[in-house]
Amino acid sequence: MAKKLGLKQRYGLLTRGLDWETSYQPMDKVFPEATFEGIKIKDWDKWQDPFRLTMDAYWKFQSEKERKLYAVLDSFAQNNGQLSISDVRYLNAVKLFITGVSPLEYQAHRGFAHAGRQLPGVGPRIAAQMQSLDELRHAQTQIHTISHYNKFFDGMHEFPHMHDRVWYLSVPKSFFDDARTAGPFEFMIAIGFAFEYVLTNLLFVPFMSGAAYNGDMATVTFGFSAQSDESRHMTLGIEVIKFLLEQHPDNLPIVQKWVDKWFWRGYKVLGLVAMMMDYMLPKKVMSWKEAWEIYFEQAGGALFEDLARYGLKPPKYHEQATADAEHLSHQNWSIFYNYTQAAAFHTWLPEDDEMAWLSEKYPNTFDKYYRPRFEQWRQMEKDGNRFYNNALPQLCQTCQIPMAYTEPGDPTTICFRESEYKGDKYHFCSDGCKDIFDNEPEKFSQSWLPVHQIFQGNCGGADLGDVLKWYNMNVGADNMDQNVSPEQALWDKWQAERSRVAAE
Amino acid sequence: MGVIALDPDYASKVAPADTLDKFHGNQLVYIHWEEHLMFCAALAFPFPPGMPFGAILAEILPTFYGIHPDFEKIDWGKVRWTVDGKDITPDPEKSLADHGVGHKSLIRFWTPGLTGVNGLATV
Repeated sequence: MAKKLGLKQRYGLLTRGLDWETSYQPMDKVFPEATFEGIKIKDWDKWQDPFRLTMDAYWKFQSEKERKLYAVLDSFAQNNGQLSISDVRYLNAVKLFITGVSPLEYQAHRGFAHAGRQLPGVGPRIAAQMQSLDELRHAQTQIHTISHYNKFFDGMHEFPHMHDRVWYLSVPKSFFDDARTAGPFEFMIAIGFAFEYVLTNLLFVPFMSGAAYNGDMATVTFGFSAQSDESRHMTLGIEVIKFLLEQHPDNLPIVQKWVDKWFWRGYKVLGLVAMMMDYMLPKKVMSWKEAWEIYFEQAGGALFEDLARYGLKPPKYHEQATADAEHLSHQNWSIFYNYTQAAAFHTWLPEDDEMAWLSEKYPNTFDKYYRPRFEQWRQMEKDGNRFYNNALPQLCQTCQIPMAYTEPGDPTTICFRESEYKGDKYHFCSDGCKDIFDNEPEKFSQSWLPVHQIFQGNCGGADLGDVLKWYNMNVGADNMDQNVSPEQALWDKWQAERSRVAAE
Repeated sequence: MGVIALDPDYASKVAPADTLDKFHGNQLVYIHWEEHLMFCAALAFPFPPGMPFGAILAEILPTFYGIHPDFEKIDWGKVRWTVDGKDITPDPEKSLADHGVGHKSLIRFWTPGLTGVNGLATV
C-alpha cells in the first residue's frame, strides 16, 4: 500500500468521506435554507465535481500566484508605473473598477461562504467555500494593485465607503445585495451561473484587456493571477445549473425564472462596462456591441443551445439586450456627463477621432442620435457653459439606474414602465426590470434608492454639497469634468517635464 | 403569487422604503420634458401636494430646463401635458393635488414644434 495518498484519493476523502448524517439534530435543522426555495435534490452524490482540488493543493497553488503578483506590483511601484499608462483619462476606468467592482468581489466572498454553509451536498459545499476564498483574495489583491494609483490620483481613496453610499454605486451594490439575500440555490444561479458563467467575459475581460491596451501592467498582472480562479468559477456555475436541472423536473420553472431575472439584472450592471469600453479607454479594445456579439450572442447562444436539452430557454428579453447594444454605452455616458458633479470619476466629451471610431462601430445609431448631442455639449462647453443636469434623476426601482433608456425601437422616447404595490406607484426603465419587481414586490419595494433617500433626509442634507460630503467626496478633485481636474493638470505637468528633459 | 422567503410571515413584515409618510410633508414628483433627451432622465422632486402648479411653470422648469436652447422658445399655450398618462390642462392657481398629481406621479410635457436642437429629440 502506498504511504501517501494521491491527490484524487485525498479529494475523494475530503468530499465524500468526511461528511456524516447528524443524529442529535435532524438534517433539515442543520441545513435550514435547503428547501424553502422549492428546489428538489434527490441525490447529492450525483454531483460531478468540476475540479478536484484539496485544501493543501489550493494553498500551494494560490501562494505561488500571489508571490508572482506581488513581485510585479513592487517593480511597478519602484519604476513609477503610473507614468506608463496611455493617458490620465484611463484612470477613470480604474476608479470605476475599485469603487464598483472590487467591493463585489468581497460580496461574492461572503455570498459563497454562506451558500457553501447552506448547501447540504459536500461536493458543492467545498467548491463554494473555495470560491469564497478566491473572491476574498481577488478583493484583496485588487485593492493592493490599485493602491499604487491612489498615491497620485483622485477618486479611489474612499472606495468601500462610497460603494455603500454613492448613487450610481448602488447599482452594483444592490445587485449583489439582492443575490446575497436570496436562498443558496438562487445565489448559485445568480452569481455562479448567470454572472460568472454567462456574463463574466463581458466584465472581467474588458477591464483586463483595457488595462493591457492602456499600459496598466499592474492590473493586467492581477488579471492573470485571477484567470485560473475564474475558469474554476465558470465550471462551478455550469455544473450547478446542470445538476439542478437533472435532479428534478420541478426545478426547471424555478431555475428558468432565476436565469431570466439574473440575466437582466447582470446586463443592467454591465452597462457600466459598456460605457467604460466605448468612452473611457483612451486606447480602445473593441466596442461594447462587438463584445456583446462575441461573448453573448455567439458564446451565450451556444451555451443555451446546449442547455436546451434540459428544457431551459435563453433568458427572457435577451433579444432586447442585443437590440439595446446599439444605444447602451451612449446613453450611459450621457447619464454620467449629466451628473459628473456628483460622481467620483471624471467625464469628458469624445474627441474627433473618438467620435469617428464611434461612428464606425455604431453606423446605425451614433451619427444619427448621439453625435449631435455631443456636438451640442461641445458648443456649450466652448461658450463657457458646460452642461450639468442640476436636478436629481428619476431612478428605476429595480436596477436603480437613472431612467435614461429609450423605448424598444424608438431611441427618441424614454421608456417608462409602472406597477402598483400596496397603493404606491413604482417606476421602471424596462419591461425586464418591471417583471422582476412584479415577481418580488415585497423585496424590491424596500430598495434603498439614493435619490429618494436624499429627499427623505438620510444622506447628510438637502444640498448637493451636503450629500457629497456624506459620500466623503473630495469636492473639486474627485468630481467634475476631466478638463478642470487637478489630476489632468498634474498629468500635463508631468508630460511637459518629460518633453523638457527629452529636449535637453 | 406569494413571496418565497424563509420566514412564512415575511410578506406581512414588508415595509416599503418610499411611502409618503417618510418625505416630511412632501410627495415625490417626477417631471419629464419629452423629446429633449440631453436631459438624460425625468427629474425627481419633493413637492408639497398643496404647491400651485404655477410654481412648476414659473420656477422649477426655468431653473432646471432653462439651459436648453429650445426652452425660451416654448409657447406655453400649446404645450401638451399628462399626469400618469392622463391629459391635463394646467391651472397655475390650482394645486398639484387638484391636477391629480399624487405621490410618485409622473408629469410629462410635449412642446409642439420644439423637438430638440435641430429637431433632434436626442439633443
